Amino acid sequence: MSLAPAEVDKPETGQQAVPDLPWVTIVWNDPVNLMNYVTYVFQTVFGYAKPKAEKLMMDVHHKGKAVVSAGARESMERDAETLHGYGLWATVSHDS
Amino acid sequence: MGGDEADYAEAPVAGFRATQGGVTARFAAPQARIIRDLVSQVAELVGGDKPAGGAGDLAAELGITDNAALPDDPILARLLPDAYQQDPEAAGEFRKYTERSLRDGKVAAAMTVLESLPARGGRVRLSEADAQAWLRALNDVRLALGVRLDVTDDFAEPGGDIDPDDPRSAFVWVYHWLAYLQETLVDALS
Repeated sequence: MSLAPAEVDKPETGQQAVPDLPWVTIVWNDPVNLMNYVTYVFQTVFGYAKPKAEKLMMDVHHKGKAVVSAGARESMERDAETLHGYGLWATVSHDS
Repeated sequence: MGGDEADYAEAPVAGFRATQGGVTARFAAPQARIIRDLVSQVAELVGGDKPAGGAGDLAAELGITDNAALPDDPILARLLPDAYQQDPEAAGEFRKYTERSLRDGKVAAAMTVLESLPARGGRVRLSEADAQAWLRALNDVRLALGVRLDVTDDFAEPGGDIDPDDPRSAFVWVYHWLAYLQETLVDALS
């Protein structure tokens, strides 16, 4: 790593207005994970209220997948890793 | 499994319930032994070269083997899934940086179960943190059983197309029992 000052491309005024938030975490349906467990994981991992967690769980169950969080790529990867720890089938994607 | 089924059939089928400061459940010795055997086998598989100890014959019958290095093992593939579906390079990078800790976390959860569940059975009392580890470990065992029993359909009876003479048929009730146990554990924590 160089100790010399990094040359930083300073953004033009106004170019920072649009945050870089196009990434999402998707949870996919699988026939093994229990419905009350998936709801519980969404509440525990994301702090979602039970109605929201249940709606996401039902979306996973009926539609085959659901977007469970959105934001910067790094935080989506953290979410996916956490969900893998709970045994949920989660992926990171640029679109939903 | 030999005569375990008969012992099991006479054992009380009780799940977890909430209690002051945690959750509790009682296990008969055969129940405790089945859980310990399966949890140990999954830990050994996921832990790779680090033996988890206590590996029994039960999961060996299931075909859970210590071939963690092979990425095409279907149980490992389910427990350690790709985080990117259509970007192999990103999936590989993610795995490079997260798989070891994911494996370690799963082994740690399994160890919590082994430490809190005596082989002779009895009453188990769990703090909320330990109960979370139980949830994850039971879920990993169920995912592994689901792969072995070809559970691929939401609406088909798990193990329903397995011949009674198939050695895997003995694990169909284990799969259902662990689902019941896990469900009561979630309810006790909610």
